Amino acid sequence: MEPDAQPLISIQDLTVHFPLRKSLFRSPQVVKAVDGVTLDIFAGETLGLVGESGCGKTTLGRAILRLVEPTSGQVLFRGDDLAHLSQSQMRAHRRHLQIIFQDPYASLNPRMTVNQIISEPIATFGLARGEEARRRVLELMQQVGLSPRFLRRYPHEFSGGQRQRIGIARALSVDPEFIVADEPISALDVSIQSQIMNLLDRLRREKNLTYLFISHDLRAVQHVSDRVAVMYLGKIVELAPAKAIYARPLMPYTKALISAVPVPDPKIEATRKRVVLEGDVPSPINPPSGCRFRTRCPYAIAACADVEPQLVQIMPDHLAACIRISPEQPDIERVAPGAAPGLWQHIASSSA
Amino acid sequence: MHEENNSLLKVKDLRVYFETEDGTVKAVDGVSFEVKRGETLGIVGESGSGKTVANLSIMRLIPEPPGKIAGGSIEFNGRDVLKSSRKELRELRGCQIAMIFQDPMTSLNPFMRVSKQLMEVTELHLGHTKQEARRHAVEMLEHVGIPDASERADSYPHEFSGGMRQRVMIAMALSCKPELLIADEPTTALDVTIQAQILELIKRLKSETGTSVILITHDLGVIAGMTDDVIVMYAGKVFEQAPTTELFERPGNPYTRALLRSVPDPTSEQGKLYQIPGQPPDLASLPGGCPFAPRCERAEDICTREFPPFVQVASNHHSLCHFANEVYAESSR
Repeated sequence: MEPDAQPLISIQDLTVHFPLRKSLFRSPQVVKAVDGVTLDIFAGETLGLVGESGCGKTTLGRAILRLVEPTSGQVLFRGDDLAHLSQSQMRAHRRHLQIIFQDPYASLNPRMTVNQIISEPIATFGLARGEEARRRVLELMQQVGLSPRFLRRYPHEFSGGQRQRIGIARALSVDPEFIVADEPISALDVSIQSQIMNLLDRLRREKNLTYLFISHDLRAVQHVSDRVAVMYLGKIVELAPAKAIYARPLMPYTKALISAVPVPDPKIEATRKRVVLEGDVPSPINPPSGCRFRTRCPYAIAACADVEPQLVQIMPDHLAACIRISPEQPDIERVAPGAAPGLWQHIASSSA
Repeated sequence: MHEENNSLLKVKDLRVYFETEDGTVKAVDGVSFEVKRGETLGIVGESGSGKTVANLSIMRLIPEPPGKIAGGSIEFNGRDVLKSSRKELRELRGCQIAMIFQDPMTSLNPFMRVSKQLMEVTELHLGHTKQEARRHAVEMLEHVGIPDASERADSYPHEFSGGMRQRVMIAMALSCKPELLIADEPTTALDVTIQAQILELIKRLKSETGTSVILITHDLGVIAGMTDDVIVMYAGKVFEQAPTTELFERPGNPYTRALLRSVPDPTSEQGKLYQIPGQPPDLASLPGGCPFAPRCERAEDICTREFPPFVQVASNHHSLCHFANEVYAESSR
């Protein structure tokens, strides 16, 4: 990523609220899946998006592409606000914006051959016909590592990793600029995960693509991303270069997330201190006031319930949303502990 | 290994075959392992490696047909499980051996209150009266860290979060103080923060009760933090068997080595990740010779011709490879 790069996609205060079934006696409730996200995605970068399930990361990815309707806010792309375009105006942009899904079993039509799956978008957007379309399909298959012999096969004849390659070829068939990769490796075996990560990275460089890489796997995200955004209950709580987020996470939540990832080394596992977060993610229907993490945060003080923290720069290129840290004092462990320090169990694995 | 009475479960040369349209699938083909009292055995492998089938066989839960235990022996507490009567099996299941699965939602009955599901276990196996069973159920829920256990006991499974449901499953599994707990991908469906909670819980309960554990997972990080010994499975076979620290430090099999290298290391530079080429094997049409040979960086002609030997590379450390000693020597350096 160049330092003065222009954002390819600029998200301004985006919200996605899902109304729940209306009740006669209560005021209608809404799930605030995405609740005020402002984020720039730069051309050519891979932006990683992590968070626990239910934090809104998938909804954010889909709202950018208008696969779910944003409630308010803007998504600026090529001078247009995608969030407010009509469906027919949106169509003109669709070929530049593609998505790769988590489940390679559910996202391919079982009654279509590989050829039909990959060539359908080419035909839909009128990019090529006949012999040229066919050549394009074969070229795409070769790029994603599928043998041309498979042209007339159906999805059920493939393994998970190969299906994910078909999904990638389909996304690439319209020469997009931006791809939302929504948990593209989560359903795959370990030996196949690294294949797909390498493939996505190679394609990004060759085709100058921009990715929003959504995953709950911090190790994978850290490996493929230039920058990483951490989401909690509909909000971005930390945003930093991939290296920095692992080496020096600022938010208590990010620290806990990283600490929770098991390390494939028995010696490290036996000695390291692990931070175990208590409890579950609160309901996004009625999120806690102020800072949404405060109910699980050992550093929370009374003010955390009143003030909604803003995502601000704490260190160069490193943003965090916490009222207890500042550029002068970025280290939360040095500020006084909160009202409920017991929320955090420091566990030395060796003592267990 | 030498103290016979230290061993709780002994699986010897187990073969489990399935008859399918594509022919006989040898899901588990000559697998041997041992679980010692109070220890945790990790089983790591990709989908189709046979890790789940091997463990279902221990409880005799393989649907027959199409499945069939085609050979081998399973000895639990000195008794041959394969020769047990229905009544003996009933005692074994859920009482002496308990199992928790990947997806807690599909293993709990959605129409039954959690308390009822827990009570069923002890009423059946321990002969508890309703009152005793209920008291015990609430105790177990408290034990696994369900807040307000006595009130929440009467909830239905859907009223719990994923992590809480897995806690309920664990409470149910441990209700009769089993001697062996088989945990099949217990945290795969959970978020990392919840995974950490559940793993800590299993660790704590294990140290309190002395239960032996078989932990099946594809996550090498979970293996590293939780187990004493590991077996690595591929294509229905044990590829490597070693104490956990030894396996991570000195893998003696090219497949294990490749698996370890394909996990991204956050402390190292970004860039191309090591990748194992090719696809997982199709069990219905395995190649001759070593099943991993088509994907192996160390493979030579002999690997596609001859099935590899199970070589002892160190005490308690075995590897299924023609070049086991060489690979082991390389990683010892």
